[in-house]
Amino acid sequence: MRRAILIAIPYVWLLVLFLIPFVIVIKISLSDTALARPPYFPQWDWSLGWQGIKDFFRELDFENFVFLTTDSLYWKAYLSSVKIAVISTLLTLLVGFPIAYGMARAPEEWRPTLMMLVILPFWTSFLIRVYSWMGILSQGGLLNSLLLSLGIISEPLIILNTDIAVYIGITYTYLPFMILPVYAALEKLDGSLLEAAEDLGCSRTSAFWLVTLPLSKQGVIAGCFLVFIPAMGEFVIPSLLGGSQTLMIGKVLYEEFFSNRDWPVASAVAVVLLLILVIPIVLFQRNEQKQREAEG
Amino acid sequence: MPQKVFAPWDDPAEKPLIQFRNVTKRFGDFTAIDNINLDIYTREFFALLGPSGCGKTTLMRMLAGFETPTEGTILLSGQDIGPVPPNQRAVNMMFQSYALFPHLSVWENIAFGLKREGKDKATIETRVHEMLKLTRLEKFARRKPHQISGGQRQRVALARSLAKAPKLLLLDEPLGALDKKLREETQFELMDIQEKTGTTFVIVTHDQEEAMTVASRVAVMDEGELMQVATPDRIYEAPNSVYVADFIGDVNIIEGRAHQAGDKLQIDWAEGQPALFAQTDKNFDMGQTCYIAIRPEKVAISAERPQGANVLQGKVLDIAYLGNLSTYHVQLPTGHVVKAQQANTRRISRREFTWEDDVWVSWSETAGVVLDK
Repeated sequence: MRRAILIAIPYVWLLVLFLIPFVIVIKISLSDTALARPPYFPQWDWSLGWQGIKDFFRELDFENFVFLTTDSLYWKAYLSSVKIAVISTLLTLLVGFPIAYGMARAPEEWRPTLMMLVILPFWTSFLIRVYSWMGILSQGGLLNSLLLSLGIISEPLIILNTDIAVYIGITYTYLPFMILPVYAALEKLDGSLLEAAEDLGCSRTSAFWLVTLPLSKQGVIAGCFLVFIPAMGEFVIPSLLGGSQTLMIGKVLYEEFFSNRDWPVASAVAVVLLLILVIPIVLFQRNEQKQREAEG
Repeated sequence: MPQKVFAPWDDPAEKPLIQFRNVTKRFGDFTAIDNINLDIYTREFFALLGPSGCGKTTLMRMLAGFETPTEGTILLSGQDIGPVPPNQRAVNMMFQSYALFPHLSVWENIAFGLKREGKDKATIETRVHEMLKLTRLEKFARRKPHQISGGQRQRVALARSLAKAPKLLLLDEPLGALDKKLREETQFELMDIQEKTGTTFVIVTHDQEEAMTVASRVAVMDEGELMQVATPDRIYEAPNSVYVADFIGDVNIIEGRAHQAGDKLQIDWAEGQPALFAQTDKNFDMGQTCYIAIRPEKVAISAERPQGANVLQGKVLDIAYLGNLSTYHVQLPTGHVVKAQQANTRRISRREFTWEDDVWVSWSETAGVVLDK
């Protein structure tokens, strides 16, 4: 009995906070936009009883999903989101792996401090950190004044309001999600494995490729998913750091919802985004399970 | 015709495979290895024996190339191997933790070193198969290390380190993780494989029984120094110091003052007790402190006063019954406890003496070793 309750808690949580809202979003995505409050039609009319329910379902259709395929904006936004998420994930890996490697290699008494430093940025507001990147990357910003004063460039670089600024922002924000799983994998690595590889004729470099990398693979995969999945639907970073031509599905969603007040289309966009993300999420869980099996 | 005894260390013409020349290793202020000179010969099964922290592992890691000597040189076949990195030494190591690559199968683990040498596929295939056969692992070639037992993992580690046919194989506590029975079986297996492959083995162990069983010679180490390097029987029968005598097996040690008495040594060891006599070829000064070390199995115990060179009376304090043997702890009037071991040739119910009985312990003049330190 007690066990059943314990298991029920996460399920109830998921039901109330994920499944029910999601069903509502699906319902809205099948509705039509209307000048009303709430701004969609049909509404559930309780007073008509059984007839009302039947009328309600008769009014639902897939019009909005069809509409998504007719306007190239949407699939371009999805594609662009995937592209930005993939590139940012790779950048995060490029920056995060060496940091995690250095942490795992650091003397044991340093590691808690280094770990703390990785997590520390979370203690300040995410928005403030993104805004400070605006201050760094803008034309008269810190980076440009530094480069100008060093004489490396003669004209300020235009970084802010481009995709590059979005890559920088996402990489910076999600870096800890990459570092932590990779670090966890590298820290478990038995040092005698590297000695054994060397003993059997590996150079330090080949020992890294043949032993360190394959054994940290699971951590790398976990980190990539942890960065890719939220980066895909990212809204704040592209709207603050990106330019008008930076196309991301999160931004489209926002515009549909708040500027256009077209809740049904916005909901349809959200449902498709979720379906796209289900694929990497399933892959991610499969990876986690494989890892558990390998360890067990 | 008698079989030639394997003893290259007695042959001055023989060239040692490994030579440590005045090797010292320091870690900061700590001296792990203190000015060691040691020769190890081809085809030897050489054991480094000592308590943990005595420097035996450091000595081995210097052979593998993971540590470099602070002072002195190490020669392998006459070549200074100081500047040679571990991946270019004709030396392989079997790690205490086995250090098998968890992401590779047994087959791939064994092939790892061969692939690094850039051998062609057929050669690797043959060699790996040879190694699998040698270690009786053919059936497990496709398994991952976590899918096989501890004993099998140990054999994979051995096969992997032998695959490159090294001049010298280092074994770091190779049997430490196995249970007693498996360990004993594996000891003989190791000796067998060593003989078959003709490789020189250097084994590090803290288990004296293991060292005595497998090794052609044993080096007893303490605090970074070699206490004695000799064959197992010499180490046991003729230890050169109280430390070695005490470290290897069970021993009675009695301290006394030496007096030369003809061809024998008379040792006065306690007021009111008869002096002990022993034969030794060592010279002692008059009144010099000396120690007599006698193994319990060389001490006889009896209810009646026996004839003999050294006879002492005492009381049975304790009996350790080991099944085939019993060790009697006999307390002398001086408070010393002498251990005497006897084979249990009679049934236990017919034992002549028991706790608190007055007994006599005795040993001959040649039974013990007289030591000066």
